[in-house]
Amino acid sequence: MPKLSYLKAMNRALADSLDTDPSVFLLGEDIRVAASNLTAGLLSRFGPDRVLDTPLSEQAFTNFATGAALAGMRPVIEFQIPSLLFLVFEQLANQAHKFSLMTGGQCKVPVTYVVTGSGSRTGWAGQHSDHPYTLLAHVGIKTVVPATPTDAYGLLVSAIRDDDPVVFFAPSAALGVRDDVDFSTLGPVPLGTGRLARSGRDVTVVALGHLVHDALAVADELAGHGISVEVFDPRTVYPLDLDGLAASVAKTRRLVVIDDSNRTSGFAAEILAVAAERFTLDAPPRRVTRPDGAVLPFALALDRAIQPDRDQLVAAINAVLEDR
Amino acid sequence: MSTVDLYRTVRLIRRFEERAIEFVRSGEIVGGIHPYVGQEAIAAGACAALTSDDVITSTHRGHGHVLARGADPGRLLAELMGRETGLNRGRGGSMHAADFSLGILGANAIVGAAGSIATGAAWAHRRQGRDTVAVTFFGDGAMNEGMLLEAFNLAALWRIPVIFVCENNGYATTMPVGSAVAGSITGRARAFGIPAFTIDGQDPETVLKATTAAVTRARSGKGPMFLECLTYRFDAHHTFEHRARLDYRSPDEVAAGVSRDPVVIQGARLSEHERAEVDDEVEAVLDAATEFALGSAHPDPADALKYLYAVMP
Ligand SMILES: Cc1ncc(C[n+]2csc(CCOP(=O)(O)OP(=O)(O)O)c2C)c(N)n1
Repeated sequence: MPKLSYLKAMNRALADSLDTDPSVFLLGEDIRVAASNLTAGLLSRFGPDRVLDTPLSEQAFTNFATGAALAGMRPVIEFQIPSLLFLVFEQLANQAHKFSLMTGGQCKVPVTYVVTGSGSRTGWAGQHSDHPYTLLAHVGIKTVVPATPTDAYGLLVSAIRDDDPVVFFAPSAALGVRDDVDFSTLGPVPLGTGRLARSGRDVTVVALGHLVHDALAVADELAGHGISVEVFDPRTVYPLDLDGLAASVAKTRRLVVIDDSNRTSGFAAEILAVAAERFTLDAPPRRVTRPDGAVLPFALALDRAIQPDRDQLVAAINAVLEDR
Repeated sequence: MSTVDLYRTVRLIRRFEERAIEFVRSGEIVGGIHPYVGQEAIAAGACAALTSDDVITSTHRGHGHVLARGADPGRLLAELMGRETGLNRGRGGSMHAADFSLGILGANAIVGAAGSIATGAAWAHRRQGRDTVAVTFFGDGAMNEGMLLEAFNLAALWRIPVIFVCENNGYATTMPVGSAVAGSITGRARAFGIPAFTIDGQDPETVLKATTAAVTRARSGKGPMFLECLTYRFDAHHTFEHRARLDYRSPDEVAAGVSRDPVVIQGARLSEHERAEVDDEVEAVLDAATEFALGSAHPDPADALKYLYAVMP
């Protein structure tokens, strides 16, 4: 079977969407030459009217996309740096997201915002290493963080087809992940549906994006010690697949969340809150996250020290299994 | 558009606003409004230059634009009163009034935000093969918002048929334009290669003429134009201002501003009889609007988050 990388899968999703729907167009900085590789080949195939290089005007071109969406188009914006979302928070949280309600349902804003390379990019320091998916979810913007090439394809296609704004985070550490994929089986993945990445009996590990792969590696390692880890990948941060999560936790009754965002008010905090409200657990749940208010320092050892890692996950799993 | 039509529009906006201010005082309108009183000529003149396919975006001071574009006064008043029959089903209120069926892409309460939305909409319409022009209204305060200046650049660069209408009423809340804008307002647009003119914003005919020229130019593919309309806000920045008793304009200045009243200027072009006829007609329209709004149901609290998403999985 052919190998498909995560980035290639996203590229394919864009190409297929441009191909099937004339209202889809792409805009962003340096996308014609495909500086991040996401849009490779799309300019020659679809032309400059559908692949628009924008000046460095994030605020204006993000609202521009909202205006185009109000006029019936389906814009897809690429942000090549995750922290640029902070620059356009007004245009996302205050404009695109609010239009439908504020107008009493008179309009929709089907814009997709693709963040290519979210999280630590290894040596890019403070202003290039955030992974701010929790912020968008908190505001109520549909937010996806796929882990695999198949999901990257399927969720990007769904995001573009969705009638609301959707932010799509492609973690930097996942871009190179490759799958054996039968291309004929690639298809849309519905927003809000999770995926059981691995079944197990003893503990549910909830992980997103590149951390799913870390969780799977840890599960492999622990299997050798007689610990059976289930890995649940929600894929969509908002809306969350509560049923999928509930089914997994009902089976294991133990829960650990690994989350590459800051601790306070983060995604992991939300999962633990859901667990407290709805689930019966045999041990207090644990979370492995970035520290509070974290800013990624430059030096590699410091960059790595801030991110949740496999050792911390092993420790957290052992802690919830302690009184087994 | 005829002399009498322009008069009807400015008179409608004026009387709508005066009634709305009363409803704020009586508590029927909660949250207050930003009155457009004194600036009516700009909305009336600019919207008169448009066809039904064109689009506009508006501001926190948006009632005039929405009415001039042809929105139903009853549904606008119902919106200000938070009723289910309002333009936005009571979900938007004064600062977000929209009517997409009339190309009103919404008043926007973030100063300077709508210019880029209008630019994107105009671009999209052109891509769809439509002959649309967008007009985006904003105040002098918005000239200091980077997002708007970014939109000038995109519009000029891509020759987008959008007309930037700056309503320079001399103040951003209490900040005088002279203390806020370095250089000149039109100079900022010209720096992007956008032809920019300063016109009398108190005369509806002047605004109509200038906007018509801008619209013709934009439709022919030559790109954006910028109109700085000199105007004066007769009333407070916001209906709360009276309570706060903000002191920033001298009585002499206000008197001079109010002496150039667009309703009077346009009304002087009509015979007394014609004027009286329009005035009566406007009162009847507003009586009906009031009755409609006051008689409309309030939204069901259970539906408070209805319309948040187009589709929620
Ligand atoms: C980005 C932003 N900053 C501040 C405000 C608060 N605010 C609302 S209206 C206003 C003044 C706007 O002045 P101007 O653009 O000249 O319009 P005018 O009120 O004179 O019509 C301010 C500061 C806001 N709504 N948005």
